[in-house]
Amino acid sequence: MSAIPSDPPRSFQEIILRLQAYWAAQGCAILQPYDMEVGAGTFHPATTLRSLGNKPWAAAYVQPSRRPTDGRYGENPNRLQHYYQYQVIIKPSPPEMQALYLGSLAAIGIDLALHDIRFVEDDWESPTLGAWGLGWEVWCDGMEVSQFTYFQQVGGHDCKPVSGELTYGLERLAMYVLGVDHVMDMPFNDPQSPIALRYGDIFRQTEQEYSRWNFDQADTAMLLTHFEDAEAECDRILTAPLQDAAGREIIMAHPAYDQCIKASHLFNLLDARGVISVTERQAYIGRVRALAKRCADAFVQTPAGGSA
Amino acid sequence: MPNLLIELFSEEIPARMQKRAAEDLKRLVTEGLVQAGLTYGGAAAFATPRRLVLAVEGLLGASPAQREERKGPRADAPAAAIDGFLRSTGLNKDQLFLRDTPKGALYFAVIETPGRDASAIIADVLAGVIRDFPWPKAMRWGAGSLRWVRPLHAILCIFEDETGTEVVPLQVDHITASNTTQGHRFMAPGRFGVHGFDDYRAKLKAAYVLLDGADRAAQIWADAQNLAFAQGLELVEDAGLLSEVAGLVEWPVVLMGRIDEAFLGLPPEVLQTSMREHQKFFSLRNPKTARIEGFVTVANILAPDGGQTILRGNQKVLSARLSDARFFWENDLRRVTSEGLEGMGAGLAGVTFHNKLGSQADRISRIAALAREIAPLVGADGDMAAQAARVAKADLQSAMVGEFPELQGTMGGYYARAVGLPDAVADACRAHYQPLGPSDDVPSASVSVAVALADKIDTLTCFWAIDEKPTGSKDPFALRRAALGVIRLILSNAVRAGLSDLFVRANRGTDAADLLAFFHDRLKVYLRDQGIPYDVIDACLAMPGNDDLTLLVNRAQALAGLLKTDDGTNLLQGFKRANNILTQAEAKDGVEYSYGPDAKFAEGPEELALFDALDLAEATITPAMETQDFVAAMQAMAALRGPIDAFFTAVQVNADNAMVRRNRLNLLHRIRATCLRVADLARLEG
Repeated sequence: MSAIPSDPPRSFQEIILRLQAYWAAQGCAILQPYDMEVGAGTFHPATTLRSLGNKPWAAAYVQPSRRPTDGRYGENPNRLQHYYQYQVIIKPSPPEMQALYLGSLAAIGIDLALHDIRFVEDDWESPTLGAWGLGWEVWCDGMEVSQFTYFQQVGGHDCKPVSGELTYGLERLAMYVLGVDHVMDMPFNDPQSPIALRYGDIFRQTEQEYSRWNFDQADTAMLLTHFEDAEAECDRILTAPLQDAAGREIIMAHPAYDQCIKASHLFNLLDARGVISVTERQAYIGRVRALAKRCADAFVQTPAGGSA
Repeated sequence: MPNLLIELFSEEIPARMQKRAAEDLKRLVTEGLVQAGLTYGGAAAFATPRRLVLAVEGLLGASPAQREERKGPRADAPAAAIDGFLRSTGLNKDQLFLRDTPKGALYFAVIETPGRDASAIIADVLAGVIRDFPWPKAMRWGAGSLRWVRPLHAILCIFEDETGTEVVPLQVDHITASNTTQGHRFMAPGRFGVHGFDDYRAKLKAAYVLLDGADRAAQIWADAQNLAFAQGLELVEDAGLLSEVAGLVEWPVVLMGRIDEAFLGLPPEVLQTSMREHQKFFSLRNPKTARIEGFVTVANILAPDGGQTILRGNQKVLSARLSDARFFWENDLRRVTSEGLEGMGAGLAGVTFHNKLGSQADRISRIAALAREIAPLVGADGDMAAQAARVAKADLQSAMVGEFPELQGTMGGYYARAVGLPDAVADACRAHYQPLGPSDDVPSASVSVAVALADKIDTLTCFWAIDEKPTGSKDPFALRRAALGVIRLILSNAVRAGLSDLFVRANRGTDAADLLAFFHDRLKVYLRDQGIPYDVIDACLAMPGNDDLTLLVNRAQALAGLLKTDDGTNLLQGFKRANNILTQAEAKDGVEYSYGPDAKFAEGPEELALFDALDLAEATITPAMETQDFVAAMQAMAALRGPIDAFFTAVQVNADNAMVRRNRLNLLHRIRATCLRVADLARLEG
């Protein structure tokens, strides 16, 4: 294990940097955020697609996540429509996965002798990804600080071998470690920096702007069209002939999956605008799931998906 | 005698599955051992968040050798038959022997199965149990194919006899059984060896693991009570939470805190529900104020700062949660104040109850109309009952019930009072879902009873009308519970009403007879639990007015009471004798003896006395039945026992004189008719 700094972290970014250093030391590839709007770190192809097939995999990354319905105009102490998740995915899940996770808590300044860490049953299911797994939500002194999941199925495919997935809600975890009550008051960089920035300096205004757009302004007719376009494009990509004009055989699993991600986020926006009824909701989720399954089917035909 | 100890060590097992898993482990392993010939003296199973444990004592050291003799074909049977016998026994022809039998000379085989060492049997049985363990949900992990509730890390399996302790040679996938285990995840993570159950249990305790869930629960409860008592508070009982929390820790450490003054104005149910559901806290009540003022949380670690950091963290989470709850509460109060309670529920028009049964608002208008009709039957004001029904489910649209569905009804009661609705209406909001289970309280206030009945009868008749009835173990709309609720509401409030008529008034599309039969089945189960046998209920169900459950049950109780007396059981014998003779004679003669007997053909005092007794009994039974005084009617009926017995002793019914015989058969008919007015005694057993 990496040497754990003995002093407590002083800022949001220091917690992120320590997690990056810790998981890098455990041998994970430190990836960058996916460059698309997603609802959770799980949607990053490094998790969704790479948890399929038999190729070993180990990655960690920060993923900005958007949940339009959670917008509170920057006023709620811990609800945001845009926030950060830290995601770790290791395939096959190592036997010491729990110990590795606990080491990461120690790395960000949580003294395991002084706090009460608990693994509380929580079965994870993503109806839009056709995925499920078993695991826990991890509690620290009664607060949920992470999700810990052993993937059993993704995109309708059994995960063999099984990936272990960790998701840290970074703002909430950091607020606890730093002893901050309102997310906007949290130091983003070192408070001793010449230009000290708080979370609110960076995100209060954007929370207001996006809350207004998500709830009141987003053009629902246009969003619906985009949803259907993404769905159609995904289908077109997956039904394209295997060979391109030059005779190269290339399955376009990732471009197709991008369209699936797009559809999923557009659905979230439509949901936040309140234009989807309870019955329609299930139908939309089913449509996104159908895309995710077809992308998974395509990915397992590719070399990265384990096809020889 | 040898002993066996098994520990299956895994990552955290969900609390709700632990008890059942320990029982399954015990049952499956001991069954497997016994099947293989290893009997045992006793077995005990335990569970902690990370281990399932089984201790078996007084086990045989080996299964007994078995010798089985098998009969084969005749000595002169065709070769194919003999070959078949050899194949089935696994022997060769030299090993068979011939014996003379009444069927001639037959081949016999002796098959000897040697005994097996206990440890070989244990290894086989345990490996099988692990591979096929009945977890409600199991998973794979890593690159393996083994399934367990969460990753299984280690197996301890030791067999202990006079000669010492040995590790049972066992391998399941990559896991090899050993004689070591580990202690508490944080306080004693090292591995240590054990020999025997007592040693195991003691070493675990030294390593901060209390093996027995009952011990953990008892300790939590005792410590929590002590902490509360010292602060002048009392612990609110919650058996479900206690057992869950005991399944979340290996070493319970109880910590107590106070709820911030800012939240004490919230309804106690809100505080309690929020703390229980989100944080698994116990509530502490101040007996002087009846408010919830403190909490108890159970940690899994003995921290060097006495748990101050843990408590501070928990308190912080609690404050965030209760801020949410207070936000919902204040928002809801603002809404009802400006829109009224019915206004709060306006959105229910857009919520589907069932796609064939319309919206929640449609359902509420049906319930309101029905509550108005039921009101006079339960002594409630019709307008008040209808008003209560219209607002009783409005809280489903409140923010608080959106967050805590289990507070439905409770919040309605608060919001109704907040806008000044009558107490009867507020109480009905709160109580109309009751009774929720067989042990839940039954409402007794008239308006609450009217709405509670209307709610449940609407649900039942509507689902009956669209043919969505419970089948087997499937009852997705909890219709059995609704029917039992109606039964308990009617009986405990002595409501007099014909259900068939109510069913039709509730929903004309309902097959009322079929629904009534469903009610009768539920009633039989309910009454049997109250000690009234099936045949007594059947005897009463056969009587008219059986859709008036209060009447039906009064009759059944009177009859059950009667049958507990000597007179009652003897009368039943007399009735059966009369009924048998009469039925046989009627069958034989092809006539019905219902012309009425005439006393002038009576011979002897016993026969005359029976005429008098029947006159007397009928004189009591007729008015008693009119006032539905079943006890009086049954006493009068029981008084017939002596005269009937005396009649049968003194008199032969099938007399030679045809006139006398016919008169006596008519007399038996009168006995039967008199008794059948009270209950159908022919359906009674014995």
